[in-house]
Amino acid sequence: MSKVIDDNVQKIDVVVLGAGPAGVAAATIASEHGADVAIIDENISGGGQIYRAPPKEYETHDSFKSPESYEGDRQRNYLSNSKVKTYFNYRVWSISQELVVSTISANGLKSWRPKALILANGALERIIPFPGWTLPGVMGLAACTILLKSQFVLPGRSTVVAGCGPLLMSVAYAIVKAGGNVSAIVDLSSKSEWVRVFPKMLSRPDLLLQGMKWLWKLKNEGIKIYNGYTVTKSEKDNDRLAITIAPFNHSGVNTDPKFQKLVEGECLAIGHGLIPSTEITRLLKAKHKYDLLKGGWVPVIDDEFRTSIPNVFIAGDASGISGAFSAVHKGRIAGLSALRDLNMISLKESKHKINNERNLLNKTENFGQAAAYLMRSRPELIKTITAETIVCRCEDVFRAEIDETIVSGAVDMNQLKAWTRCGMGPCQGRTCADSIEAILTSVVGSRELAGQWTGRAPLRPIPIEQIIGDYSYSDIPIPESAPL
Amino acid sequence: MENYLNNKDDLRVAGNNVTRNSYVTVTIDGCEIQAPAGEILAVTLFVNGYRTLKYSPRIKEPRGFFCLMGSCQECVVLVDETITPACQKLVQEGIIVKTIKI
Repeated sequence: MSKVIDDNVQKIDVVVLGAGPAGVAAATIASEHGADVAIIDENISGGGQIYRAPPKEYETHDSFKSPESYEGDRQRNYLSNSKVKTYFNYRVWSISQELVVSTISANGLKSWRPKALILANGALERIIPFPGWTLPGVMGLAACTILLKSQFVLPGRSTVVAGCGPLLMSVAYAIVKAGGNVSAIVDLSSKSEWVRVFPKMLSRPDLLLQGMKWLWKLKNEGIKIYNGYTVTKSEKDNDRLAITIAPFNHSGVNTDPKFQKLVEGECLAIGHGLIPSTEITRLLKAKHKYDLLKGGWVPVIDDEFRTSIPNVFIAGDASGISGAFSAVHKGRIAGLSALRDLNMISLKESKHKINNERNLLNKTENFGQAAAYLMRSRPELIKTITAETIVCRCEDVFRAEIDETIVSGAVDMNQLKAWTRCGMGPCQGRTCADSIEAILTSVVGSRELAGQWTGRAPLRPIPIEQIIGDYSYSDIPIPESAPL
Repeated sequence: MENYLNNKDDLRVAGNNVTRNSYVTVTIDGCEIQAPAGEILAVTLFVNGYRTLKYSPRIKEPRGFFCLMGSCQECVVLVDETITPACQKLVQEGIIVKTIKI
């Protein structure tokens, strides 16, 4: 059996996982220096979520294009003109200790064994639960962005946009631009928080100006913006959602429990920031540390983006949230480090080039860090998770059950999982891990004590008949009987 | 405000800004539906009013798509009898889609 699999494993210099800005940068720089590189992504083309391409069958008028769509086209062209081998629509479902990367696609199973593995698998959206967050019509801000910018579809005839960070204004503006209605913007960040990050945002006057333009347009449309508010409940009211909001201060404490306000919309688009995706680094048992301003748990890296696992590098938001512009430089540094470790570039050249990229990264990170600050985890927000709120959507686990289990003596994340089934469903805990860690942390005192769920394969659910392929009963090797 | 909508019930942005060149026919829960070639299946379901795609395992509450990027698994449906996240699948001529009723 193991021989059958080994024959199909392709040896290669570098595999890059994720074809967003970081992955494209890492793959192309490695390829330009002579490395044989494959880039794998489960989406149909490059660009990641931020530069996601519209369907190639659609024609979009230039007036409907954004700076991001041009940058996405530029990166996709750059990748397709390079020597990097691209594998789109390939889903990675396992990575072994020997770094054998196993994928599944319409063409069946395919595996690689790279000398260096660069992870550029991006981020997940943090959405802190509240009663009614599981209703159809409630979606993530990232989902809403995909609908608007890559599908040209409105999330509803009216939408409440809620949460925190720059995605709020970006989504609200995209809805208005597409001719839709925004019934309210509910921003957890107070005006003073925005003022606090203003100096860092000045590092990118172009983006700051774009943001101001969005804000002006939204105010001009008469859209009410609630700063320092959060959603505490969402209820179905015929074909609309009745959404209760309440004032919360900057550490997430409800400042006036008596004051509530009702807003409504057909859709509620909500997001509380981005979390670096750690499913692969956990699977590989890399060292992690919790860093609030990087979005949560991040792999421990050296200053050239090497993880604690030999020959595994990380780039982009997966190494800490700092945005698409930083991701390019992080990707190039990771690519150069991989080249150096494969001895495909001299020490002098790699140092020189990495230094250049680091200077550029320092500049772009200012803006990214301002955004990451606005999107940071607010520990007190877990108060919106009432006892009757479902925390783990896949397994319908309620907050009350999590609390009872902690009272009964569960002291880490894996115990909570074993006792309640939270995080055991098809999403593998990607949706609820951060909220459940926050709940447990409020009792045990720190994220380090709460720990993380053990990474497990398969990374995505895959039908078993697809893994088996055309392997049949008769292919099972029968060992010769031992002599009696 | 320019009206980019074909009609008030159509959430697909249209007008002169986006042209959907070709259409395919898919069958959703027994109904034949036209959808623009290239559209994500989860989006086709959404704009046609299929908001509930499955029910949760324990308390059986309705669920629809949530993350739209292959992470949350809330939008899984049967496509030609294979369980598939609808957000990771593009519409294709002739596919038979069933939402999950249990």
